[in-house]
Amino acid sequence: MATPTAAPTERIKEQDGDVTYIRTEKDLPPVAIIDRSPITTRHKIIFGIIALLGAIAWAVIAFFRGETVNAVWFVIAAVCTYVIGFRFYARLIELKIVRPRDDNATPAEVFENDTDYMPTDRRVLFGHHFAAIAGAGPLVGPVLAMQMGYLPGTIWIIIGAVFAGCVQDYLVLWVSTRRRGRSLGQMVRDELGAVGGAAAIIGIITIMTILLAVLALVVVQALAQSPWGVFSIAMTIPIAIFMGIYLRFLRPGRVSEVSLIGVSLLLLAVVSGGWVAETAWGESWFGLSAVTLGWCLIVYGFAASVLPVWLLLAPRDYLSTFMKVGTIALLAIGILIARPVMQAPAVSEFATSGTGPVFAGSLFPFLFITIACGALSGFHSLISSGTTPKMLEKESQMRLIGYGGMLTESFVGIMALITAAILNQHLYFTLNAPAASTGGTAATAAEYVNNLPLSGDPITAEQIEQAARDVGEQSIVSRTGGAPTLAIGMSEVLHRVFGGAGLKAFWYHFAIMFEALFILTTVDAGTRVARFMLSDGLSNLGGPLRKLRDPSWRVGVWVCSLAVVALWGSVLLMGITDPLGGINTLFPLFGIANQLLAAIALTLVSVVVVKKGYLKWLWIPGIPLLWDLTVTLTASWQKIFSGDPKVGYWTQHFQYRNALDSGKTSIGSAKNVDQMEAVIRNTFIQGTLSILFALMVIIVFATGLIMVMRVLRGGGTPLTEDEPVASTLFAPSGLIPTKTEREVQKQWDALPQSHARSVGTSAN
Amino acid sequence: MGRAAAVARQIGWYFSKLSWYSATLMGDNHYRRYAEHRRRTHPGEPVMSEREYWRMRHAATEANPNARCC
Repeated sequence: MATPTAAPTERIKEQDGDVTYIRTEKDLPPVAIIDRSPITTRHKIIFGIIALLGAIAWAVIAFFRGETVNAVWFVIAAVCTYVIGFRFYARLIELKIVRPRDDNATPAEVFENDTDYMPTDRRVLFGHHFAAIAGAGPLVGPVLAMQMGYLPGTIWIIIGAVFAGCVQDYLVLWVSTRRRGRSLGQMVRDELGAVGGAAAIIGIITIMTILLAVLALVVVQALAQSPWGVFSIAMTIPIAIFMGIYLRFLRPGRVSEVSLIGVSLLLLAVVSGGWVAETAWGESWFGLSAVTLGWCLIVYGFAASVLPVWLLLAPRDYLSTFMKVGTIALLAIGILIARPVMQAPAVSEFATSGTGPVFAGSLFPFLFITIACGALSGFHSLISSGTTPKMLEKESQMRLIGYGGMLTESFVGIMALITAAILNQHLYFTLNAPAASTGGTAATAAEYVNNLPLSGDPITAEQIEQAARDVGEQSIVSRTGGAPTLAIGMSEVLHRVFGGAGLKAFWYHFAIMFEALFILTTVDAGTRVARFMLSDGLSNLGGPLRKLRDPSWRVGVWVCSLAVVALWGSVLLMGITDPLGGINTLFPLFGIANQLLAAIALTLVSVVVVKKGYLKWLWIPGIPLLWDLTVTLTASWQKIFSGDPKVGYWTQHFQYRNALDSGKTSIGSAKNVDQMEAVIRNTFIQGTLSILFALMVIIVFATGLIMVMRVLRGGGTPLTEDEPVASTLFAPSGLIPTKTEREVQKQWDALPQSHARSVGTSAN
Repeated sequence: MGRAAAVARQIGWYFSKLSWYSATLMGDNHYRRYAEHRRRTHPGEPVMSEREYWRMRHAATEANPNARCC
């Protein structure tokens, strides 16, 4: 690893009209271009047209109250808003807060070590960053939020991304890049002090536990009693192991080649799942109950986190990256070609009444809690600090990667919302209402959803059964968790474009497999990361625990893995066996956890903005921070204190406890004493976690506030930014290089000796 | 003929761009880059074989795992 030389290097500036070229060495071409040329008339016209088109699309979505709204309007509104947001708002943030210095080297250039610090082509890094941040969250959240109609969800996913989610990702990337790619927890400790830092680390570990448990629960709900789904997911394990062995022993480094083989095998597994499910042995081997599946996942999670990386984790990650990018592109093409129309209302009855069966509570704050990742995701701050900054070539590329990456994720959220909104509304609630309400059979489910305040024709039991047969499942009643709904929506879109009605079942299971695949990747990577944080945190306590710092000490690895798996595993089993439905009680907790993590990240960013003296621009991270705190603390408050047993964990806890104490043997959805005890236990855990999350975040925010006050009075701890080092490489900033950037690039390419080169800078 | 050749060249160009992108994203050319970087920064010193290089990369991931998001 190279050591940075703190000696200030001369910067040689050269002015040419509105463009400034900066050199750090006399005989090398410029390393930075500062282009201050005003916007051209042509661009003014183009952006004017985009803005107008976006406004028309928004008007159609919001005010058109005819029979149907076409999905294409959603795509247009989203894309136009993203373009304007990226060109103008992100540029404002860049000019006023980020102030990129391309003449300074990024951590990737300074510490280049061929493993984690590696300057990487901006387009490749964009793909990397997107693959790391995109997961099941933006797919599941918007589907569940559809309970309140398409309009509130659409507005929040798009506007929330532009003003909150992208801002968080971009600014955390900025803060971390100026600190050698330090992790969020470390940066909070450095900038806010020990108390804030400790609260942030405890918060991050508990929040991760909930994340892993809820994601695993989504998989379990999608796969229970589905031999086809279980078979194709189970096959991903031998496929990944095969790929791992191939890469280790047969052809090291041929990653694309082995990924293509893996994806073909995966498709074969999806197809053959249909044949297996029809056989008697297939039914009995793979038609697993939710509890059995839960235990399988727990065992898998533990095994995957202690097995060598090359055997399971790395090849799975390749598969999941391939599938993620491919399927999302496929879905976008499908929506544009099939152009489906909305079946959901713009705003449903449940938005105001707060009595929806999918999740309890009214639009404010629970819509924002449920959508979570599609608009603002605290977990991204773990990627934007740590992994991505160590691969960044140039500071000015942060806008494309941080802000642009999140815009792409928001677009994924919009597509998920579309696939849920084009479903028949009766079918949507058949899938998403908990079994305690639907009764679990087609007949009782039909009766239940027909009594909900929905528009459109009532549904019959035969129609529900037919819908299940169409996708090759025995039942689709109460397939909660969002993944099956998304899969049905995707099969609806994709079969119209590729393959016709005969392929509906294939597309359904393809979609299930695609979601489960990257949820499982998140589960094994997440278990590893949480274990790492745990052993790191424990080793700081000193004494014999210091031994945990050594990652090759197997006993420590096993014990910490077991602890992490036990934590999320118990929450998972709690969700599976919850008599009230699991997803509808746990998902809000997941959303709150995620949004509270965003509050921690935005607090850090705000403190750094104040410390740097940009008080005037504090509103840029400040407004999303205050909004996020309002939403999450209101939701936490309601979850802790609400007198409505459907919303408040503790009210429900005491309601069931009193019932049990007074000798009742059933209440509400709990049909016997065991179930009543389960509800009492679950609500206790959920209620306690809600209090813990809220407390940790309040501590972090308070320490942030105190730090800001001290800084404003002229005190406070200094910034922990690294000393800048002169850069000696050049790379364009945006997706498409400008004319001046191309000219400078030519000068670099013409250098006799190949100079510092980023991964894949040369295309051959 | 000339036109067809131009179109074919264009398609070939897109294809090479695409395969470059996927190779860089997935890691196919990371070893080549490492070898170049090593020769430039540590001339005359031994360079790992591709097999050893990937063992080193996986060991690094083992010691410091990367998070995947929800």
